[in-house]
Amino acid sequence: MIRLPFILFFSALLFSAGVYGVLARRNAIMVLMAIELMLNAVNVNLVGFSAYLRDVTGQVFALFVIAVAAAEVGIGLAIVILLFRNRESINVDEVNLLKW
Amino acid sequence: MTAQEYAFLVLAAVGSVSAIAVVTARNVVHAALYLVVTLLSVGAVYLLLGAEFTGWVQILIYVGAIVILFLFGLMLTKAPIGRDTLDNQQRWVGVAVAAGVFVGLVYLIQQAWPMKDAQNTYGVYSGNTGVIGEAIFRSYVLPFEAISFLLLAALIGAIVLARKDDGA
Repeated sequence: MIRLPFILFFSALLFSAGVYGVLARRNAIMVLMAIELMLNAVNVNLVGFSAYLRDVTGQVFALFVIAVAAAEVGIGLAIVILLFRNRESINVDEVNLLKW
Repeated sequence: MTAQEYAFLVLAAVGSVSAIAVVTARNVVHAALYLVVTLLSVGAVYLLLGAEFTGWVQILIYVGAIVILFLFGLMLTKAPIGRDTLDNQQRWVGVAVAAGVFVGLVYLIQQAWPMKDAQNTYGVYSGNTGVIGEAIFRSYVLPFEAISFLLLAALIGAIVLARKDDGA
């Protein structure tokens, strides 16, 4: 027996850590890692509610989120490697060509 | 407090500490290794909740594939070390926003599911592999196909993006 709020608090902490990482990191790969933390927080919520409501749908959606996360990391790292090849740096604050 | 709940608290503590270490580590490779610890503890939480299949998928795909991709990415790019080069100038704004998000979420969760409410406990739900397979291939076939197409597109896109264009 696990109380639902404990799971939701754990998820909230993971999400906040991800928010901090996205805002504070300069390295693009670290930003991607922080995004993974946020996606994991969502998955924890989905699986927690799946157990709470005794319905398997939450787990199905958690699996979909995992698949989308894998695709996102693949594309993201390809872009990062391309960026490194062109700019010799993957700091996100130096990529400002489209900035107004 | 049951044994299951104590186990969850230990796993959640390990996962939370290493999640904070992921976003504060000064060495990028250490951050990736802390990410492994966080993902493993999340997977263990899934197993503890009775979500066996999702837990093993989490461990296989995240720890087995995504973290390896991250490590390859770190190896192929220059990985600077130190807080000044890894973090930008808005660090304290980031701390404030993240703390605000956390406090807001905790407040909302407390409002919606108060800790004292005895109905908020539940046993292990055996959402086993067969049930998940039936749900995916009976109710969620279309999203499943869309996901497989997305993965194919991402695969081709990643190859096209990262390929070296010698001719151009």
